[in-house]
Amino acid sequence: MDNALRELYQEVILDHSRHPRHYGSMENASHTAEGYNPLCGDKVTVYLQLGDDGRVAEIKFEGKGCAISQASASMMVDMLKGRTAAEADRLMQGFLHLVKGEDASDLPEDDRERLDVMGGISAFPMRVKCATLAWHTYKNAVEEGKTVVEEGAT
Amino acid sequence: MTAQTKIAASLPAPPSADRRTSFDAEKARADFAILSRQVYGKPLVYLDSGASAQKPNVVLDTMRDFSRQEYANVHRGVHFLSAAATDRYEAARRTLQKFLNAASEDEIVFTKGATEAINLVAYSHLMPSIQPGDEIVLSVMEHHSNIVPWHFLRERQGAVLKWVDVRDDGSLDIEALDAAIGPKTKLVAITHMSNVLGTITPLKDIVARAHDKGVPVLADGCQGAVHETVDVQALDIDFYAITGHKLYGPTGIGVLYAKKAHLKKMRPFNGGGEMIREVSRDRITYAEPPARFEAGTPPIIESVGLATALDYLMALDRAAVAAHEHDLLTYAREQVRNFNWLRVIGDAPGKGAILSFEAEGIHAHDLATILDREGVAVRAGHHCAQVLMERFGVASTSRASFALYNNRADVDALVAGLSKARGILG
Repeated sequence: MDNALRELYQEVILDHSRHPRHYGSMENASHTAEGYNPLCGDKVTVYLQLGDDGRVAEIKFEGKGCAISQASASMMVDMLKGRTAAEADRLMQGFLHLVKGEDASDLPEDDRERLDVMGGISAFPMRVKCATLAWHTYKNAVEEGKTVVEEGAT
Repeated sequence: MTAQTKIAASLPAPPSADRRTSFDAEKARADFAILSRQVYGKPLVYLDSGASAQKPNVVLDTMRDFSRQEYANVHRGVHFLSAAATDRYEAARRTLQKFLNAASEDEIVFTKGATEAINLVAYSHLMPSIQPGDEIVLSVMEHHSNIVPWHFLRERQGAVLKWVDVRDDGSLDIEALDAAIGPKTKLVAITHMSNVLGTITPLKDIVARAHDKGVPVLADGCQGAVHETVDVQALDIDFYAITGHKLYGPTGIGVLYAKKAHLKKMRPFNGGGEMIREVSRDRITYAEPPARFEAGTPPIIESVGLATALDYLMALDRAAVAAHEHDLLTYAREQVRNFNWLRVIGDAPGKGAILSFEAEGIHAHDLATILDREGVAVRAGHHCAQVLMERFGVASTSRASFALYNNRADVDALVAGLSKARGILG
């Protein structure tokens, strides 16, 4: 396998896509959003319970799509749980930099280490939107409450 | 083991069917410069001609030479170059007439693609007369370009879309189509060949049944015209839409074939230069078809390119080309027969050279990415056929589409790539 492919489909990513964490719907979500990529038909729904202080108390997702979009969503919910709004924002910005091959050094060290497996996507510009779909959907859930986001438009 | 069977066992696989016909795919490959390039250090294996075909060198060279020697606007100036360019543009129209066997060159309307051709029928033929409750019959395997214009008529004018299903093997249920055509049907809009399933529809039969009930038929010939020989007079079809870039020609040009009787009744769609007879402050008269439907400066260089592509195609033994493409499809089917994790979608008898499939546990985009790194270009997604995706219960498929320049080595590369993807993601 060539190195770029090996970087893209690392075992951690395949594991997340095969066994997504915190997968499923949430009855009592305070915020939800549905993300859709009209190019490939991938869908993801993010459910949140935000605390009064804006902290991510609970977060789950469900959807279907490629290994990258599912792994990215799984890693995202895993990492966002318990974060304050500011921490979550910082994480998202760092993630977006990382997958586009830009400087992500503003990410805290341990976050960067965990997200590093997603860095391989930067060599596949046609696939970056697969990785960002869940994050943009999360952001829309927080900002809009209940909404639908189209990845193509972002 | 006897000596004889030993020799037989060591012989290479029998030659592909194209050796037995008058079409030499290896020779044709040399006509397409792009096929000799590499991607990621591997030979390009282009299996996405259903989305857009590569162009032979003669098309690219002719467009360049025309641009360098004869180019000007058409139907305008009296000068030398304008006359030369107009000659080439109108000659291209006659090439299209020959390619489709239209009764008259005036039945060939140049558009910017098949999408515009179908929209032209929607806006100019149907929109002026369609009433709420009037019906348009179409199949579930249509490309969005043969769905959305009819949705416009549904949304804006209350037309009703009557959907005809396909069988599980992807073949069209002609009896269901016949039954769907009723007294309120104003048009049957049907693909000649599905871009996902490869299904070839029995156009002649469809037209005969529709005409029995006084209903005109439009065929989306984007794929069909590439793989089948089209004779619009023998089909007796009313409208036939094609696009240049799938026919080994340039982008930005397509054609609407329409019977003269229809064109004469159709109101103009785009307004502008070239489509008028006379314009004054309070009155306007229109040019005769086809000029009436060709407002603005047309795709002049592209018309020359498309005519060259069709001349290239018509110089080949097209039945032999079709046999070659069919051989590749059959070979590919044989090679993946043992992949029990692969679900082929579309198995209609006599189908064209398109192989769509879903791989168990592997999303089409992941599959396409892995194949891409092997140099193999396939299409992954919904193929602008979401109604069909819904019919087969899939979000997306991968599609390998075969063209005249593909060979068995291309199929082998595809199959090897599939095995690799299975190894990584399965």
